[in-house]
Amino acid sequence: MSELGEIWVYLAREPLAALAATLLAWLGALRLQRLCRRHPLANPVLFAVLILAAGLLLSGIDYGRYFEGAQFVHFLLGPATVALAVPLHRQWAAVRRSALLAALSVVTGGLFAAMVGVGIALALGAAPEVVASLAPRSVTTPVAMGIAERIGGLPSLTAALVIASGITGAALGPLVLDLARVADMRARGLAIGTASHGIGTARALSVSAAAGAFSGLAMGLNALASALLLPLLWHALAG
Amino acid sequence: MIGALATLLSCQLAGEVLARALHLPVPGPVIGMALLFAGLLLRGREAPPALQTSADALLGNLGLLFVPAGVGVVLYLPLLARDWAPLSLGVLAGTLAAIAFTGRLAQWLLRGR
Repeated sequence: MSELGEIWVYLAREPLAALAATLLAWLGALRLQRLCRRHPLANPVLFAVLILAAGLLLSGIDYGRYFEGAQFVHFLLGPATVALAVPLHRQWAAVRRSALLAALSVVTGGLFAAMVGVGIALALGAAPEVVASLAPRSVTTPVAMGIAERIGGLPSLTAALVIASGITGAALGPLVLDLARVADMRARGLAIGTASHGIGTARALSVSAAAGAFSGLAMGLNALASALLLPLLWHALAG
Repeated sequence: MIGALATLLSCQLAGEVLARALHLPVPGPVIGMALLFAGLLLRGREAPPALQTSADALLGNLGLLFVPAGVGVVLYLPLLARDWAPLSLGVLAGTLAAIAFTGRLAQWLLRGR
């Protein structure tokens, strides 16, 4: 028993177990996605989060301890965001002709996304910090957490809402765009990237290189515009 | 590959330093993306193959990188239980309405271009 205890102490102290669990959950999630024949609703981020969250709740390991190990995966979000410049550059010939109009759609769409979320939450009587946490939910995680902090939201609740919005857009966005009869790959990419940041961009990249490039562009522009405009608007409207 | 990683990390580092030095509200990695993009444009040629391979490898598994933060939802189960209706409706309806709106707007603005 004491030997088992020692092994447990070792696993809890080192990042190894959390890292291995994260990668294995991701591989399992990809396999589930294939089992569902890549149905749009079968989102691997959702599967992996559910697997790991269930694991933490069942084993009683707290999230902070899990994150100490998993942060090495989380860290790669930074370089991956920088890397979005590469597909953007590859598609630049196609993007540059429409860059200004694309930017206009993204800024308008980003503010619309924030307003609708806030409007619904206010109408349903959510607590003020919940409303403020919802406002930046379509912006990529690190930026959204910064915005939430500045307007009185809860940064880590915002992170969860950002990911939920990403999964929603990645899973249902293509369907909604079909229903809205948006066939232009550039517009589809812009819409998904504006509302569903990196998770939407991951899906857009897997469908079409053009949609992926516009989605990455939209994600970057919306991060920029929301970081500048949302806190200003929030304080102006909230008095 | 190491050269490509060094490029990505240096751009991010420069972005973080700029964001703090100039008190920009934009996060470092987004500035880093703009810096790398500007660098690639100035270079005038195709991006180096090693950088393309590394970028594609990272972006091909972009979803994985959101998993550790996503698991953080376990911290908010009580709050989620209380405010589940505004939260889920705000996320679901808000996101889908924004996608339809942005897609229609972009398609209309970009028509004939």
